[in-house]
Amino acid sequence: MEPVRVERSTKVSRVAAVLAVPALAALMSLPWWGDAGWMRLIAEMAYYLALAQLWNLLAGYAGLVSVGQQAYVGLGGYMLFYLTGVWNMNVYLALAIAGPFAGLMAIPVSFAVFRLRGAYFAIGTWVVSEVFALFASLIGVLGAGSGLSLTVPILEEISPDRDVRDTLLYLMTLGASLLVVAIVYFLLRSRHGLALTAIRDSEPASASLGVNTYRTKFIIYIATAACTGLVGGLIFLQKLRISPEAGFSINDWTVVVIFMVVIGGIGTLEGPFIGMLIFIVLRELLADYGTYYLILLGVIAIVVMLKAPYGLWGWVIQRFDLQLFPVGRRLALAPTEEPIERAAKI
Amino acid sequence: MNWLNILVQGGLLGGFYALFAIGLSMSFGIMRLVNIAHGDLIVLSAYVALVVTWYTGFDPFLSLVITVPVMFALGYLLQRGLLNQTLSGGLLPPLLVTFGISIIIQNGLLQSFGAYDHRLKEGAIETASLQAGGFYVGVYPLLVFAVAVFGIASLQFLFYRTRLGRAFRAVSDDADTAELMGIDNRKLYALALGIAMVFTALAGVLFGIRTIFAPSSGPIRLILAFEAVIIGGLGSMWGTLIGGMVLGIAQSIGAALDPTWQILAGHLAFLAILIVRPSGLFPRTRD
Repeated sequence: MEPVRVERSTKVSRVAAVLAVPALAALMSLPWWGDAGWMRLIAEMAYYLALAQLWNLLAGYAGLVSVGQQAYVGLGGYMLFYLTGVWNMNVYLALAIAGPFAGLMAIPVSFAVFRLRGAYFAIGTWVVSEVFALFASLIGVLGAGSGLSLTVPILEEISPDRDVRDTLLYLMTLGASLLVVAIVYFLLRSRHGLALTAIRDSEPASASLGVNTYRTKFIIYIATAACTGLVGGLIFLQKLRISPEAGFSINDWTVVVIFMVVIGGIGTLEGPFIGMLIFIVLRELLADYGTYYLILLGVIAIVVMLKAPYGLWGWVIQRFDLQLFPVGRRLALAPTEEPIERAAKI
Repeated sequence: MNWLNILVQGGLLGGFYALFAIGLSMSFGIMRLVNIAHGDLIVLSAYVALVVTWYTGFDPFLSLVITVPVMFALGYLLQRGLLNQTLSGGLLPPLLVTFGISIIIQNGLLQSFGAYDHRLKEGAIETASLQAGGFYVGVYPLLVFAVAVFGIASLQFLFYRTRLGRAFRAVSDDADTAELMGIDNRKLYALALGIAMVFTALAGVLFGIRTIFAPSSGPIRLILAFEAVIIGGLGSMWGTLIGGMVLGIAQSIGAALDPTWQILAGHLAFLAILIVRPSGLFPRTRD
């Protein structure tokens, strides 16, 4: 018998990693050569990518199809506004607290919604988000129905100069998005990632092989809530205003995110990138025609779900053995590079 | 007397919620389909009725003569053409496809009618009330409650006393075996969503007379319907009525404490019941 070894990266993934460096450098230097419109658009793409990766981790891997992630976007946003506005806390400190706070709130929520399964879990998470939104609209110190605004002194704390401030906010958003993608990537490469991939493929089978599915799902739910809260804080730091409808909007923070993931390819790390790009391109192209881009997005999502349930990236890996993010393990004969076990490609 | 009044008003409000929930309960009971677009279909029915009243001069009740068949046909075609394809592939396809339908309906209505609030006007019956034993009961909520009870009773009759109902119960219990016994599941599912949409249309028109509606008012109606179904227990029609009443009473207790608490009190009651009795008060269907 020939000796075999386990390979993680592939030729394509190594090329992708090399190409990613200049691309990232270009994005990070954007404030010095691009205009404000591009910065706004790229920042938006960055936080949508983060939300899409997080929802994909939840639904695509842990099997937790939540439609209530806007709860944590709103919680993160409100926490930032509350801490900076009412407690006069430093913006960066408040941002660092907003994420963990959302994660903390997710713990009692999970006790209620984890009792529901499947589609009922989905709508249960939505009800929870509505409850948060209603509470926010009742609490006077949170501005009740009209919400809160960031005041000038808070913004000047980041930087008194507007251009510097925009650059800092842009880099923070890009950094947070990168952080989320990195967390998801390293999580999936770890032993927990193996457990998650097993749960994705078959929950009963993974449970029978010793994966503690409840604990794994619980940890993922809390972790994604915390990351979603951080992203929410950053989103509303840029929007400068938060209200119950905007903060806990299911359409803005969950529905379009779900469409991105599904169109791009659920259960892959590459899918959310593709879906996010398609969403942004569609929206920008149809910007003059009201909300028709949402109708088109809905139609595309339905067609993809019926004709290519693993999304565009799923369609690609079915035909070509591509993987840009090497999260899988493949078995190779020691002397050569030839993969012998193609079934284990994901 | 005040508390009795709250119970009665809340219970009657439950009639509306039960009416919202019948379609959802039915499509879950028979096809295991959780229809995210349910609330938007309720709102769409109200818009259909609105257009009918504009063009024919019918009053909203009479517009049901057109609205109900239109929604029945839409339900039949939706299930036949689209939703049947989603039923074999696990949880995500039906959820996402109905999510897509929901977004399409919401934005389609927004583009065609604008974001304005609309109402269906039925005249004197909206505000008429009966006086009984010292408190007032609105004629209209009473009528809606009666429609909900009658609707559920007729569905129970359909399910347990007719050939078609037997087929519905058979596919609900075991779709594969039912198919082996010669039932055409796809046709039956289409018929089921068609019938569910009859109640959706009723709910849309009756609620459109009571309150304003806009393209974005679907989701809250879905949530209320969903809460009524879950509180009552999956697959139990009478349970859904009780679930609607529990929700209505919780809301009117909340509203009595502080008017802004109405919806929140309903949600909290729902979450409390979920924690204490996750399968609802009278569960029938296993999922």
